[in-house]
Amino acid sequence: MKPFFDEMQAANGAVRPHYSAFDRWLQQQPRELMAARRDEAEMIFRRVGITFAVYGAKDEDGAGTERLIPFDVIPRIIPSDEWTRMQQGLVQRVTALNRFLHDVYHGQEILKAGIVPAGQVLQNAQFRPEMMGVDLPGSIYSHIAGIDIVRAAQPDGSGTYYVLEDNLRVPSGVSYMLENRKMMMRLFPELFAQHRIAPVAHYPDLLLETLRASAPPSVNEPTVVVLTPGMYNSAYFEHAFLAQQMGVELVEGQDLFVKDGFVYMRTTQGPRRVDVVYRRVDDDFLDPTAFRPDSTLGCAGLLDVYRKGNISLCNAIGTGVADDKSIYPYVPKMVEFYLGEKPILENVPTYLCREKDDLTYVLDHLGELVVKEVHGAGGYGMLVGPASTKAEIEDFRAAVLARPDNYIAQPTLALSTTPTFVESGVAPRHIDLRPFVLTGKSVQMVPGGLTRVALKEGSLVVNSSQGGGTKDTWVLEGDPGQAQSQTQSQSQV
Amino acid sequence: MLSRTADHLFWMSRYMERAENTARMLDVNYLTSLLPQSADRAEQGWAGVLGISELTWSFHQKHAAVTPADVMDFMVRDAGNPSSIVSCLRAARENARAVRGTLTTELFETTNQTWLEFNRMLKGDAFERDPSALFEWVKFRSHLSRGVSVGTMLQDESLHFIRIGTFLERADNTARLLDVKFHALAGDEVGTWTDDNAPEVDFYHWSAILRSVSGFEIYRKVYRNVIRPDKVAELLVLRPDMPRSLAACMNEVVHNLDLVANVQSGETRRRAGRLRSDLQFGRIDEILATGLHAYLTQFLDRVNDIGAGISRDFLVPA
Repeated sequence: MKPFFDEMQAANGAVRPHYSAFDRWLQQQPRELMAARRDEAEMIFRRVGITFAVYGAKDEDGAGTERLIPFDVIPRIIPSDEWTRMQQGLVQRVTALNRFLHDVYHGQEILKAGIVPAGQVLQNAQFRPEMMGVDLPGSIYSHIAGIDIVRAAQPDGSGTYYVLEDNLRVPSGVSYMLENRKMMMRLFPELFAQHRIAPVAHYPDLLLETLRASAPPSVNEPTVVVLTPGMYNSAYFEHAFLAQQMGVELVEGQDLFVKDGFVYMRTTQGPRRVDVVYRRVDDDFLDPTAFRPDSTLGCAGLLDVYRKGNISLCNAIGTGVADDKSIYPYVPKMVEFYLGEKPILENVPTYLCREKDDLTYVLDHLGELVVKEVHGAGGYGMLVGPASTKAEIEDFRAAVLARPDNYIAQPTLALSTTPTFVESGVAPRHIDLRPFVLTGKSVQMVPGGLTRVALKEGSLVVNSSQGGGTKDTWVLEGDPGQAQSQTQSQSQV
Repeated sequence: MLSRTADHLFWMSRYMERAENTARMLDVNYLTSLLPQSADRAEQGWAGVLGISELTWSFHQKHAAVTPADVMDFMVRDAGNPSSIVSCLRAARENARAVRGTLTTELFETTNQTWLEFNRMLKGDAFERDPSALFEWVKFRSHLSRGVSVGTMLQDESLHFIRIGTFLERADNTARLLDVKFHALAGDEVGTWTDDNAPEVDFYHWSAILRSVSGFEIYRKVYRNVIRPDKVAELLVLRPDMPRSLAACMNEVVHNLDLVANVQSGETRRRAGRLRSDLQFGRIDEILATGLHAYLTQFLDRVNDIGAGISRDFLVPA
């Protein structure tokens, strides 16, 4: 059994400096109070309507069900030095990924140099030939990226951050980051007086700045919209929330139409031109005349307008080719290739079954590894060795042997834990982190991100569909461990 | 603003207003049913509730006889009845959810909370124990929604479409209430009465109509007289200072239509203005002389036509 890295407690039980003030506070909180606060949070989330619709499910009244993602009242704390380094790594990684996307749809230098196998890119289902030679403002493809980061224990007891996955298409979850913070400030204002916690509430400002910066260069005052699949989409709250916070229209496909080479929306005062679409609809559904013809979520003719440069899409079409699992192993090499730098953030060691030596190793260690189908998502087409039966492992062995290039494998990661308020009281649970990286005129982000937590004991699955919850993420300002008490008091007039 | 957004705002406020008016109507009927009266009269009252909303047919698909309990159940908690309070509150909330980014946080939360709490109340026995309290609650939640929208929304198109929805719906509902209640109580001869030959009318039933539109005290204040059907009609049709009268509603509709006017809304604006003028310069003796029922039927047609015009011009343009 590998040791877990706990974010709060070192192996010897000592509380890490950046958690010390919080730990003292937590010791003084009666369990009933924490439970009451948790219930209060749930009630508020329901009233605010921070729910997600569950497709097909019906409640007893026959209406579609809406669920809450469980919220944990204990924050996850990151010291400033760790964050500073992580931020540098994120800027570097996302910059390289955007360079890669531009390259793939233009000169394909990285393929010519043999750094990334051409077949992996050009035969990839996420590669969009329609995007070849299309020039985008600032050459940015993934304006909004969500990079999933985990921390795993090293044999010496230290923890290392790894990038588990890059989400470059339509990453979601940022509204939970913002709402969780708002909730914590409401439930435990005293904690915010005792700690210097970097604020995150300006995210919508940065997002709007990013979207405006990506407008077609000829447009002075761009009209920005958020495109949602509609109110039954599981992330609808987030779409509505971001549109509202930015003060832009939230549109559906039916609100848009193409005329004379431009995209317009139908308004009460007649058609109005749209310049930037922050689209939360997948590539396949964006334009029924170019992609899936049965899609009612997009706008017919959008791709043509886009290729002419008369509208900007954030994120661009075709970004999926860079966050595919088969491309992931090459990201560190991209950083070196495009930026001439050593990667700051590490990848999880990954075995490519298409390579002979890796394949041999994977087949010999199936019982210890996590094997993933390269195009799979959401836990489908995946083998978790230690949690599988012999028969399942043998089935997978056959599948891997039949199509080695369709699989990658990684060691089973011991995700770090952090104290979490569960039924039995405060107990360690496994977490990950998704910071949101914005690329417009520059690469920006707010400190922290969304921390997801596996609420079931021992579970490593943080997905909300499988019993995962979320918690507030604090990046502390200043030296770790120096909890600041507010000494200044403003006199009231 | 987006046409679809305007459409949702318009219907959000219509449904909230409809929930309120249904609650008002049920409450007044429930309270009068507590008065001593003949069985016929009582049934007539409950049948009238269904008649107002044109639901007699669909009610009888489910229930054989018109009983107070069945009518109230049908109008309050039957999700299969699109005009029941539960259906209206759901529709108001669904429309709000579809445009929650356009609403202020307070307004969305108010609408959402109304829906959540109403369901909680239906699950318990609050409704059976005290129907009046539930109706009162619905009324106040509607007051709250309206107050929160006026008190927090930017005074732009969003608010204007919300207001148009509210007052168009209220004009419709007040007209229906008047029509059914007058017809039931006085037949169509109201207009032939003079001060001398007015029949003994049932004070309790006329005052109940007034109470259902919060108009009892207003009537006393305005007329300082006993309750007479023609004055009740005048108050609810023509008085521009009576907030639930047809005249007051049309004033608001016209005012807000002016604020959102676009290149194609001229004809709808003209029709609304004309209807408003008819109310502004109308006289109750003339209206009663031609027959209140005929007058109100025509009014409802015209309101319906204005609603269709608004839809065509702003909400669902071709």
